[in-house]
Amino acid sequence: MSKVSTYREAVVKAKVRSIVGTLIVYGVVCVPLVPLLLMYGWLIVQAFSGRPVEWLLPNQPTLGNWYFLTKPIEFGGTPLFPVSFWRLVLNTLMLALGTAGLVVVIASLAGYAISRFDFKGRDPLLRSVVILHSIPGVLFLIALMYLLNSLGIYGKGLLTMISVIIIKAGIESPMYTWMLKGFFDSVPWELEWAALVDGCSRFKAWRSVVMPLIFPGIAAVSVFAFLSGWEEFILVYTYITDERYFTLSVALDRLIGAFRFINYGVLAAFGLFYLIPAIIFFILTQKYLTTLRIIAYKG
Amino acid sequence: MRVSFRRIRTALAKEEFRRAVFVVAFLTPFLVTLIVIYGLPSLLCFLMSLTDMGLNFQFNWLTPPWYNYIKIIQCEDPYIPEVFYTTLLYVGATLLINSPFALVLGIFTTYNIRRENLSAVLRLLWFLPRMTPVVIYGLLWQWFADPYVGPLAKIGQIFGLRDVYWLLDKPYSQILMIVVNGYVGASWGMIIFSSSVKCIPLELFYAAKVDGASDWAVIKNIILPLLKWPMLFVTAWQTLSLLGSYVQILVIWDGHALTSGTEVWSLYSYDMAFRSYEFGYSAALAMVIVVVALGLIALYFKIFGFRRMLEPSRVEV
Repeated sequence: MSKVSTYREAVVKAKVRSIVGTLIVYGVVCVPLVPLLLMYGWLIVQAFSGRPVEWLLPNQPTLGNWYFLTKPIEFGGTPLFPVSFWRLVLNTLMLALGTAGLVVVIASLAGYAISRFDFKGRDPLLRSVVILHSIPGVLFLIALMYLLNSLGIYGKGLLTMISVIIIKAGIESPMYTWMLKGFFDSVPWELEWAALVDGCSRFKAWRSVVMPLIFPGIAAVSVFAFLSGWEEFILVYTYITDERYFTLSVALDRLIGAFRFINYGVLAAFGLFYLIPAIIFFILTQKYLTTLRIIAYKG
Repeated sequence: MRVSFRRIRTALAKEEFRRAVFVVAFLTPFLVTLIVIYGLPSLLCFLMSLTDMGLNFQFNWLTPPWYNYIKIIQCEDPYIPEVFYTTLLYVGATLLINSPFALVLGIFTTYNIRRENLSAVLRLLWFLPRMTPVVIYGLLWQWFADPYVGPLAKIGQIFGLRDVYWLLDKPYSQILMIVVNGYVGASWGMIIFSSSVKCIPLELFYAAKVDGASDWAVIKNIILPLLKWPMLFVTAWQTLSLLGSYVQILVIWDGHALTSGTEVWSLYSYDMAFRSYEFGYSAALAMVIVVVALGLIALYFKIFGFRRMLEPSRVEV
């Protein structure tokens, strides 16, 4: 009898322990998510509410916050930007697509060469990718400011925008080269040999045999580079003075300066519009996140 | 016979040449980028740090050339001690979230929460701050800490914190700075640790379970020892990232960072350049980060060895 009761006690103890363990696990993972959920929930609810939202309850549902899609955004009677909202979207797209295009070209060429050929300086080149991480972002901004200024490109509208695209792609390309090198490594040598034996040139083997095989890698790199261009803030904020070439990030920053404390509705609607592509792409590519080695530029 | 040898030799030389041209052609865009975007600015920044360059963008060499560095080391700039302290606090405390806490997250969402769909959703939610453009992330926190409508003030009141301006009053602003950046960094470490846990052969877990080990025992005796290298890698990488990061703080504390105790070294360098237009001095401030980071990298190379540094998610079994 006593044996049965000790056994029962042990079972109960084990059950309690497992419940407490589960609570701890879910508590640690989920409780810190509450502020995040509040914030993102607020962004959605506030974008469709006419008055300030507290605790995620809609307050005067309206579509009025979205007026910026058709009319210029005004502050105190004067328009905040000299161009329409859609021009801002176009500028952002230009930056994002330009960055993605350049990064894919640079990374797919260099990634292949580094993966397939043994040449002098290959090891230092690999090492440099890690060492580059020691250079803080602010250093580029300071030094490139001098360069842009002495080349006469600073404050020149489209010309500055193009240089921002080149700088952005340049800063991003080493880590994407690294990522694509990993994809090239996974393609078996034999396939290229077969192509070369059949009389393909090396370039053709690269283009028609290897590149199609690493299409998922190219797609992932394009999406990540596109998103990092879409989200870019500091380069545009620092270098672009011509308001016609503002992107959504800098425009939103200026809006926050103007409307904070006064009208969170417009800020939330603008922010939600700007956030949507990031979220869509993120959900589409999230399975890559667990398989790819992501080298982070930000914190 | 000799002729055909010569032919083979010429053919081989030709092939060698073609190969070299190919490698050069493929690497050129990358190398040009490295030189123009990384190499040239680094050299320029070093040269600028030896001048008192202002808005005129003239190289006025200082005497002694390293005067800016003396100014930093001897704290002739009265803000240096505070900025230094803030940076130390920022890097140290955020690292605790980005590395040990990320480790806990990685293990819990991979090993303890076994329903794959649920843990994928949780990881996705943790990834939100990283995927959110920095200005929106800043907007969300500005609302969250808003003294009138934000939830933080209301939650604070429950705990007796009245009339606290979370964005402006020390030390609350500093706590916020750490948490804001912690959320961004935690997900990166989480993914690395999570994939490392997935690399551990399942047999080890089965064996432990058969022997009657509890989950805690499995984590303590199997997972943690095996995650030693990923742990060191994440800590090393995040230290470097944090040393150079400032954009979140710039967006949220636009112009108020010095008064609210959130002016980290990189941000101070940025402000010196683009608000005070002291490009020479700001270049010296940026070079200090480079020197510290290079020192850390040298140390890491020594600890890890080069190969390990480049294979973050490797688990040795």
